[in-house]
Amino acid sequence: MSEGFDLIVLTLAATLRVATPLILCAMGGLFSERSGIIDVGLEGKMLMAAFAAGTVAAVTDSAWLAVAAAILASTAMALLHGFACITWRGNQVVSGVAINIIAAGLTVVLGTAFFARGGQTPALEPEARLMPITLPGAESLVGVPVLGPIYRSLISGQNVLVYVALLSVPLTWWIVGKTRFGLRLRAVGEMPLAVDTAGISVSWLRYRAVLLCGLLAGIAGAYLAIAQNAGFSRDMTAGQGFIALAAIIFGKWRPLPAFGACLMFGLLDAVAIRLQGVRMPGLGEVPVQLIQALPYLLTILLLAGFIGRAGAPRAIGVPYEKEH
Amino acid sequence: MGNRHHAAAHPSRRALRALFRVRPESGAAPAIELRGIDKSFGTVRANRGVSLSVAKGSITGIVGENGAGKSTLMSILYGLYEADAGEILVDGQAVRMRGPADAIARGIGMVHQHFMLVAPFTVLENLVLGAEGGAVLRRGLAAARAELARLASEYGLSVDPDAVVGDLSVGEQQRVEILKVLFRGARVLILDEPSAVLTPQETDQLFRILATLKERGVTVLLITHKLREIMAATDTVFVMRQGEVVAERRTADTNPEELAELMVGRKVRLTLEKDAVATGDVLLKAEKLDLTDSRGVKLLDGVDLELRAGEIVGIAGVSGNGQTELLQILSGIRRPTGGRLQVRGRVIDTSHPTDPAEMRTLGLCHVPEDRQRQGMVAPFRAAETSILGYHKLKPFTRRGLLDHVATTAHCGLLMERFDVRPPIPALRSSSFSGGNQQKLVLAREMDRTPRILLVGQPTRGVDIGAIEFIHRQLVAARDAGCAVLVVSVELDEILSLSDRIVVMFGGRIVGELPAAKADERTLGLMMANAHA
Amino acid sequence: MSAAPRRALPPWAEIGLLPLVNVALALITVGIIVMAIGVDPLRALNLLVVGALGSSEAIGYTLYYATNFAFTGLAVAVAFHAGLFNIGGEGQAYIGGLGAGLCVLALDRFLPGVIVVPLAILAAAAFGAAWAAVPAWLQAHRGSHIVITTIMFNFVAAALMVYLMVNVLIAPGSMTPQSRGFEGTRMPAMHEVLAALGITVAQSALNLSILLAIVCCVGVWAFLWHTPWGYALRTMGHNPDAATYAGNDLKKLTMIAMCLSGALAGFVGVNEILGVHQRLVLDFTAGYGFAGIAVSLMGRNHPLGIALAALLFGALQQGGAELAFEIPAMTREMVVVIQGLVILFSGALANLPRPWLQALLARVRRA
Repeated sequence: MSEGFDLIVLTLAATLRVATPLILCAMGGLFSERSGIIDVGLEGKMLMAAFAAGTVAAVTDSAWLAVAAAILASTAMALLHGFACITWRGNQVVSGVAINIIAAGLTVVLGTAFFARGGQTPALEPEARLMPITLPGAESLVGVPVLGPIYRSLISGQNVLVYVALLSVPLTWWIVGKTRFGLRLRAVGEMPLAVDTAGISVSWLRYRAVLLCGLLAGIAGAYLAIAQNAGFSRDMTAGQGFIALAAIIFGKWRPLPAFGACLMFGLLDAVAIRLQGVRMPGLGEVPVQLIQALPYLLTILLLAGFIGRAGAPRAIGVPYEKEH
Repeated sequence: MGNRHHAAAHPSRRALRALFRVRPESGAAPAIELRGIDKSFGTVRANRGVSLSVAKGSITGIVGENGAGKSTLMSILYGLYEADAGEILVDGQAVRMRGPADAIARGIGMVHQHFMLVAPFTVLENLVLGAEGGAVLRRGLAAARAELARLASEYGLSVDPDAVVGDLSVGEQQRVEILKVLFRGARVLILDEPSAVLTPQETDQLFRILATLKERGVTVLLITHKLREIMAATDTVFVMRQGEVVAERRTADTNPEELAELMVGRKVRLTLEKDAVATGDVLLKAEKLDLTDSRGVKLLDGVDLELRAGEIVGIAGVSGNGQTELLQILSGIRRPTGGRLQVRGRVIDTSHPTDPAEMRTLGLCHVPEDRQRQGMVAPFRAAETSILGYHKLKPFTRRGLLDHVATTAHCGLLMERFDVRPPIPALRSSSFSGGNQQKLVLAREMDRTPRILLVGQPTRGVDIGAIEFIHRQLVAARDAGCAVLVVSVELDEILSLSDRIVVMFGGRIVGELPAAKADERTLGLMMANAHA
Repeated sequence: MSAAPRRALPPWAEIGLLPLVNVALALITVGIIVMAIGVDPLRALNLLVVGALGSSEAIGYTLYYATNFAFTGLAVAVAFHAGLFNIGGEGQAYIGGLGAGLCVLALDRFLPGVIVVPLAILAAAAFGAAWAAVPAWLQAHRGSHIVITTIMFNFVAAALMVYLMVNVLIAPGSMTPQSRGFEGTRMPAMHEVLAALGITVAQSALNLSILLAIVCCVGVWAFLWHTPWGYALRTMGHNPDAATYAGNDLKKLTMIAMCLSGALAGFVGVNEILGVHQRLVLDFTAGYGFAGIAVSLMGRNHPLGIALAALLFGALQQGGAELAFEIPAMTREMVVVIQGLVILFSGALANLPRPWLQALLARVRRA
């Protein structure tokens, strides 16, 4: 096999690794946003989850306890968001911003208090982390042309949470599109009054959506702290929650296109690392910063209607008030 | 006519009812009975001590003016609001409605004035929402499709199950709403102002559907403020005024005059005394105005209109037939996509558009249809609302700065002249009653001594005393040589105010006649576009 | 999950009491967190107050931080009065600083500081406004949601600055991404100005930018409540349909509101780049843009309230730094947590104490 082919396979494998937290967050955010609750706080939820995972893994050496802690932390933030936006009908963007800022501060405050390492959690041993899984036959089949290397480096050898992320996409698609809960979820994001008059609780539906969002963003945070990295470091989400939000918008609030957007943004990131300092023929050196800013720029262009039209749920961002 | 029930139950009947309570499926207990319902919103008492009873298999009307408490009462029955006091009995059994789910479980369904449909969903998806028949949709949807076909044939209500609701006409959407209620097995159907958005033809069709429902044993509660519909469709009618039930009548034993009197509480003066005035120059002239929206729907289609000094022109029509858009264009809020407009000689067309501010400088003032959405800013002080649209002018702005003293003085003057109560310019605009808000807006516009005055729904949500006052002000403006255009969905208002009446249908002007030659019947036919 | 009643409190409670209770709730939560990490909250509070106000140097730094908070708080408030939520203060401040820096780098070798500084202030305003103008234009003419676009613009601003600092503006031979130092052009430091007037205060980062902040507070107040433009802006904020009816061009108003907002945020660059760093550096905005949301919410979007909130946040920022120095278990990020909690309790959960206050006031009235 040529070196170029190997490079492509490796880049795609890297794409998948980078895209995993985006996919999980995007699927989570999709539940929330389809129910009519804007989620600007994905970043904060993921950050809190990553911190919880890093802390619990460092203390207990158990990766799965760490994942549970991450989900718990993220869900707690999601509940807070729901409490503010659903029960108290607060401004959803303000609540999301608050969660991001609280998370950015609290992770460092608690991290310093617990470990005195300037906000980092201690480096984790492999036992306390989730490590890549080698699927059966990955090495023995490597001789098979084309498919062998793809199987070994792309399909096998990924972290278990990568598979979870990939599984979350068809699952989200099925729940949103094919179940009673999904039908009501879509309805409540479009016209909560119709749901209410059909005798269904708007609040309870939206709480469930927000909690699902917390669950998935929690797994994403755990992935960052104990799978992709060996511990938590301050601000380790580095805007990925916002890229996931961009992916939701880019995918027009639909699971499969949002998944596609995550892969595209992941690929941009994976390519950016490889392109650092490389001169492209005819273009000269492409600034890495430009590639990093591309997800945001593309989303801006999409929102402006220059590449298709974004169709947000109609009732998004509007607190539901029954009595006047 | 079905069996009727009267509120004054004598002893034997009470004994009977006790018997039936043991066997509630029996036909003689009223389908719905409300006892002493009270409901307040803040300081507003929307319902006070309302008691009424609805016989099974009847069509019962509840009639009253806007704000009489009809919709609140029905929302309580449907569980959307909880009553502060009182009892609800369904089939003779006291029940508590904690939410629409309770009402639905009791076989009560409601078709709201504003449809509760999810626009991007299909008819089938809307139908099953809340009654999906299982956690996974597939089987429920298939069953619903079969049930829909059955209902369609039984009640003559056919719609395409796979059509997207947002693409359907208003009449079809209403049919989906009725189907939704039937699909849930409702035996009691509440319709809240069902004809507000329908043409007279669609309304007739609706009444035929209701008759079929009645034949099949469904109990219908019809809420409306239109007497014609009460007379045409109901067996019994309850009249509500200011939150109370003031009368119950067998429809066969009453007439529109009596009901109207009961609704407003005194003899209605349907004719306004006004002297004939010679009309003057054409002040506003619209030629072939077209308006097409972004989806390509024609909202206005070749509208020609002339307004002369010293006349009131009334525009009649079912709401949603282009009146709102016409007002928007004439007042400069919206640009036409075709045709041209002359305002006191100034030509305005698609290449020379204008804006409301410029229209004002031409002496055109506009009292908008929806004062709360357009005519005022709820959290602003009344003084601030009283300069809306004129805030850049002297004396409100001097040397680039707002003059709050002058503004407050101006507002005080307006309040005095138009009897706005309470006359406090520092009060928040939203804390005034509907009638006083309307008087403030009207005062603001009429104070400019306009040459052309556009008025949308002059007395919507306004109490009867204020209505007369507002009407007299409009006539006074016309007597002073102003060209007045009135858009109203109330035919009575059009008939009593106008010198000349123009009827709109489907974005076109379908007829014009002097007020002297107009009556409700002719106008009704024209509004339905049935005269052509 | 009961429905939250929305009855209004009496005006004095609405303006005076409710915001105080909201902030108190945030601070109580902070106290609980402080206790949870094993620090005595009263000792922490004492250290904080001394650290923020205990010396003329401390007061100088408190006022210097407050200057930044006032700029971004006003920026959020102006947009908010027009019904727009500008989350892009961070990016606008960043680009504003770039504008100030570029202006000085271009002119400082040819013109005296007295001329360059006013030009640089204008450049900061212009660059900040321009960075806000793009999302504003996209909302006005293309219907993009301004919240999302301004968030995205923060990231684009950050990427742009890194690119410029690393590849273009970096001083020759420098190892860190920063420009050459300004030559003879800077915002005069307050201790120097006061020394010239015969008043001795300790050296601090406080500079004349605070006067600009005060002017901005007064200017925003006058603009919003005493000019026809401010009237139109507030009309749009409360009721866009009424604003159209009144003959305003909403697109133009959106542009005006956002450009003003961006210009105000851009002044952070004046305080930081012209006042303190005196060269272009990375990350000088340090979260001030986001903190502006907290400042504006706490100050009820009124310039006077914003000035007070900015002083409080300035004191927290300065006192928090001293606190972290005294108690190793505490970090400066405690201040960030406080900002977040204030946004939560004064913004998203602003109505939380309302029913409780209503009951309390009713009982007081009955007694």
